[in-house]
Amino acid sequence: MTLKKNIFAMGNEAITEGALAAGARFYAGYPITPSSEIAERSSIRLPQLGGMFVQMEDEIGSIAAVIGASAAGVKSYTATSGPGFSLMQENLGVAVMGEIPCVIVNVQRSGPSTGLATKPAQGDVMQAKWGTHGDHGIIALSPSSVQECYDLTIRAFNLAELYRTPVILLADEIIGHMREGYCPHLPKEIIERKKPLCANRDYKPYDFCGEENEIAPLAAFGSEYITRINGSGHDESGNACGRLDNADKFIRHYHEKFQKNRDDIIETKSFDLQDAEYAIITFGCSVRSGKAALKLARQKGIKVGLLQLVTIWPFPYEQVAKICEQVQGVVVPEMNLGQIQGEIRKVCPTHCSLWGINRVDSQMITPYEILAKLEEAAI
Amino acid sequence: MKKVEFSVNDWCKSCGVCAAFCAVEALIVEYGEKPMFLPEKCTGCKLCALRCPDFAITVEVNEV
Amino acid sequence: MNYMDYLKTQDFPLFWCGGCGNGAVLGAIVRSFAALCYSKEETVVVTGIGCWGKADDYVTTNSFHGTHGRALAFATGIKLANPKLQVVVLMGDGDGVTIGGNHFIHAARRNVDVTAILVNNYNYGMTGGQYSGSTPLNSITSTSRYGHIEEGFDICQLAIAAGAPFVARTSSDDPLAMQRFITAGLNKKGFSLIEVIAPCPTHFGKNNGMRNAADLMKWVKERSISVARAHTMNEEELALKLIMGILTDTEREDYGSKYSRVIAAAQEGRRDIK
Repeated sequence: MTLKKNIFAMGNEAITEGALAAGARFYAGYPITPSSEIAERSSIRLPQLGGMFVQMEDEIGSIAAVIGASAAGVKSYTATSGPGFSLMQENLGVAVMGEIPCVIVNVQRSGPSTGLATKPAQGDVMQAKWGTHGDHGIIALSPSSVQECYDLTIRAFNLAELYRTPVILLADEIIGHMREGYCPHLPKEIIERKKPLCANRDYKPYDFCGEENEIAPLAAFGSEYITRINGSGHDESGNACGRLDNADKFIRHYHEKFQKNRDDIIETKSFDLQDAEYAIITFGCSVRSGKAALKLARQKGIKVGLLQLVTIWPFPYEQVAKICEQVQGVVVPEMNLGQIQGEIRKVCPTHCSLWGINRVDSQMITPYEILAKLEEAAI
Repeated sequence: MKKVEFSVNDWCKSCGVCAAFCAVEALIVEYGEKPMFLPEKCTGCKLCALRCPDFAITVEVNEV
Repeated sequence: MNYMDYLKTQDFPLFWCGGCGNGAVLGAIVRSFAALCYSKEETVVVTGIGCWGKADDYVTTNSFHGTHGRALAFATGIKLANPKLQVVVLMGDGDGVTIGGNHFIHAARRNVDVTAILVNNYNYGMTGGQYSGSTPLNSITSTSRYGHIEEGFDICQLAIAAGAPFVARTSSDDPLAMQRFITAGLNKKGFSLIEVIAPCPTHFGKNNGMRNAADLMKWVKERSISVARAHTMNEEELALKLIMGILTDTEREDYGSKYSRVIAAAQEGRRDIK
């Protein structure tokens, strides 16, 4: 797809095309509303590009197949929603500990449990970070438009390959199912995982110490390098290892490798923040209502700006702290009971008030609800 | 005439499987010991080496 | 190739208990690799979690050590992404058909070209001898001290019912049969299952009055009959018997081959895969 002109498409379609543009050639997944269009389109488009699609028996098998294919050298992805994302958590840990690049699209829906299957929500923020057990870091990006569905899926693959990690694309039913014009441009950059250059017998798939960004080269099964991938405690060579110092080193590594590279990973977008006395901080579908509220408030003379969190994890504490320092009050609209607000509170100074707008009735937050809070605050 | 050389390395855990399944009872395993080899009974079939779960047994058969 | 080349002997002795059948199965596997001149670079041993799941520690080929019950799903991704790889999946009765049952029947149904070598020692050894989906009725285990009230299923029949084109069963006292069936399975294009009944003297054996491995293996031997003899026996006679041999060996086009026809159709704009 090297079209330059805009096409009118669904978010889920743009996510699929973004994956293909990024070089993904393997999808393993399980149907679940509101993500199934990604599976359907992938099942048609992947074979056209010589790639493969397989529908597995459940989401546990789906993410396992994705991780297996990536370990065999093929960029791989899956798409799901809350219930499937919950089933994927244990194997997500294998991608974390095995340091295997892959992309998991979570088109969030109203939970918990089966919830309101066709309705939107943004309640899986903490699950994206803490869903799989144990200490670790992870990357999660959140699109707020069909264009960002395309762009952020490409970025998700690039970050996954660069940092040998699973990347969660935290979309939602609104963004996934809405249609909008977008340009499926050629990606500015396609990153491939770092390949080993050493002699065959010296290759160690987890020897990250000598690497400047703390990421070891990753060979593929079938290359000249024997590769041992291990979802249990292992040493540099991938051999099982229970030594205390080794465990300490690796578990800190699964966190540090994101902290060391925060500046590259974290992305936010600012709107009218220069002279802002109030700020809206939000992500995903709620950004759209936030932008509309921003216009309305400015027309009423309220100096408000908007900070869009494109990267959710690792959380953009520095960017958020800078805004909270500058303004008197921050409004946080999100379709959950305050999962992002909780993170903002960690860096919000006492002089800055913090108001959440929290809808969990499966209806999108409206611009007027946000405007009303700003007007109330700005009196 | 066949001459059989039988050896057991230190990977042996004295599990007794080799002796128990030797068709001609050419091996005896005392508790906690490596198998004792009775060359006169052994036919050189090498199955004990294949059955050993610990790769501890080596059987060499030479024509003499 | 010498079979020892496939073993990481620097990590020996093997960590499995004395008399456990795993080492003998591993021996048959590496001897099959040697006989087939498998290249270490093109071979991937995929394991789950459990005693047998530690086998990848001891091989010098590529390895993938995944999560409990999911080895076949990881192996599906590995094989489909690179069909040139020889993918061998090692699972126990717990890992393979109890927690892993769903992936097992679907891998067989989908007929992905992998070789599953399932060691059935009738219980979860690693975690202390609890019963699994294959544990026989009335067995004593660490979670059925009053006698097991469930019947274990016939793993080979499960695979056959799910569509596996190659299914064989033997026991760890028969190294020649193990190697013959494993080699045949590795050569089979499609999903192949080799079930090996092996002793777990430490738990299942001790809990059921068969303290040493040989007693357990003889108890299995006594219940084993060949495929040929099984045909001559009725339902009732077959009740507690273990049918040993190649139970099915049919031709079924494997998933990867079929999918390459999907790719050809998609790339030629056709909607029919001949």
